Amino acid sequence: MSNPSEGTMPLAADGDEVDESRRKLLLASCIAGGAATGAVAWPFLASLEPSARARALGAPVEADISNVEAGQMLTVEWQGKPVWILRRSEEMLATLKKDESLLADPDSRRSQQPEYCKNIWRAREDRKEVLVAVGICTHLGCSPVPRFAAGDPSMGESWLGGFLCPCHGSRFDFSARVYANFPAPDNLTIPRFRFLSDSKLLIGDDKA
Amino acid sequence: MANGATTRNQHWALRLFEWVDARFPLSQLWKEHLSEYYAPKSFNFWYYFGSLALLVLVLQIVTGIFLTMNYKPDATLAFASVEYIMREVPWGWLIRYLHSTGASAFFICVYLHMFRALLYGSYRKPRELTWLFGFFIFLSLMAEGFFGYLLPWGQMSFWGAQVIVNLFGAIPFVGEDLAIWIRGDYVVSDATLNRFFALHVIAVPLVLVGLVAAHILALHETGSNNPDGIEIKARIDPKTGHPADGIPFHPYYTVKDLFGTMVFLLVFSVIVFFAPAFGGVFLEDNNFFPADPLKTPPHIAPVWYFTPYYSVLRATTDELKWVIGIAVVVFMIWALLRRGSNTTRMVLLGTGVVLIAGLFVLDAKVWGVLLMGGSVVIFAFLPWLDRSPVKSIRYKGWMYKLALFLFVVAFVVLGYLGMQVPNTLLTRIAQVATIVYFAFFLLMPWYTAIDKTKQPPERVT
Repeated sequence: MSNPSEGTMPLAADGDEVDESRRKLLLASCIAGGAATGAVAWPFLASLEPSARARALGAPVEADISNVEAGQMLTVEWQGKPVWILRRSEEMLATLKKDESLLADPDSRRSQQPEYCKNIWRAREDRKEVLVAVGICTHLGCSPVPRFAAGDPSMGESWLGGFLCPCHGSRFDFSARVYANFPAPDNLTIPRFRFLSDSKLLIGDDKA
Repeated sequence: MANGATTRNQHWALRLFEWVDARFPLSQLWKEHLSEYYAPKSFNFWYYFGSLALLVLVLQIVTGIFLTMNYKPDATLAFASVEYIMREVPWGWLIRYLHSTGASAFFICVYLHMFRALLYGSYRKPRELTWLFGFFIFLSLMAEGFFGYLLPWGQMSFWGAQVIVNLFGAIPFVGEDLAIWIRGDYVVSDATLNRFFALHVIAVPLVLVGLVAAHILALHETGSNNPDGIEIKARIDPKTGHPADGIPFHPYYTVKDLFGTMVFLLVFSVIVFFAPAFGGVFLEDNNFFPADPLKTPPHIAPVWYFTPYYSVLRATTDELKWVIGIAVVVFMIWALLRRGSNTTRMVLLGTGVVLIAGLFVLDAKVWGVLLMGGSVVIFAFLPWLDRSPVKSIRYKGWMYKLALFLFVVAFVVLGYLGMQVPNTLLTRIAQVATIVYFAFFLLMPWYTAIDKTKQPPERVT
């Protein structure tokens, strides 16, 4: 470089001495700049949260079960998730007391369900034949498939009937309770729900 | 330039070159990285895969740009837009198959490139940073593959993303909120597809290109390793001032790599034209069905390049936790008995106690996620795990050779099992393979230190 102005550039007073007031200004600028960068990151990160529309779609949905016979299941979509409504037959209900020793959490201590479903039916006591459950495996989010027939050849002779997760083989009974020693840690989630009439359900809300 | 005065009589192209060179370090870059970059003269077959990976990167960027011209990142349109590209866009099928086959080719090249480093100790001092940049390239590539796989919005796209995002849900306390934040919704949805598109086409590729530049700059700073694992810079030819065992990258290795490129493109074209799905390995059968959020396909598995780690995840059951527990206890006994300062001993014992506590507190699902992450991240530590006095496998003893052989077998077995429907026997095999996989790394400081090595030669062979 042969910049003619080089020789006349203003240097720090007396060579090596630090100009304290400028150093402080530099430090303050760095701190302010850092804080501003951090603050500006927030809107960007927060924009990744579910949008107002996605949250609105989490609103309760109605389901009509008048056509669902005993032993049949209806799947409805709520918050984009499959929600099962299973009208259990007497035989299905009878299995729920027999399988307790095979389950990881028969009393639903760990799992998520509203207080009124914390029983072996995992349903409202007055309509205990109707199981409402979020059909998403607590392992890694696959949707389990029905294996309702007792002794289903693919499930083994002692199988009482219930659900199988196709991804990693977790098994659930007719109350969506998980069998012990399978990858899923918890029973399936029971959403809040209430009956609007004998055959109409509101899923996602339980307040009248 | 010194000869600037004579420019009037020179050819216009030369004058243009000199005009540029006075304003941009064109000839300097050319010399430093090509014509005067001295690489060891003994590069063999394994040294093709770095340049091939670079070729595939370019291929992916070019085909990717053209795909975005017709693809629609919208949950209601995405699947149909891919079919539109396949059936109605002129040559769209070719561009799409080049891109989907390119993804697998990228991982094949990168895995073989990494294997070369394991053979010849290319990650060792002074090339640790080259290795680390490479590791982050590998991570970015996995992110790129994962984000890209959602875009066709097929059944496997959807449920694969659902499973992987839910892995984050396993993190205690914050996991569930984190998973919602990543998806932008309560399940994988249009919001997820849209952001994965943004990450796949711009965010990750930018990072990837930057890391590739850093990887090559770091490599050219230290100079390339070679199959003998010796430093060619230690022997400078006094006449030329260049490494005696080095040859200029250009023309010697550009020509060699050109040959490799031809062979690669030959094989690549055969796959693109005759077996683009590669029997369901490169493009999975279930992905030819549109995504259905209410119905999981009967068997889901990630694409082949993720299956080794996915197998580790599935192999982590309550029984495997016992094995981890025993390993931690052995580690703590060793920590107690080893020589060294008391502080180090306390830190090691403390780590052991935390791990044991973790075994009681966290369930197998969380451990599965930790081990799966660990099986990828552990590659980053290789430069500090290898204590052998020599770099190359040619001069290492039987212990490293056996360990590397077992590791490769475990890796392939895990990869295969990750594609299969698990049963009791296969899970058991995956557990053994998982233990071998981790043992290769965790025992490395021990077996490389006691292994009998041979004296490497002074000059490359």
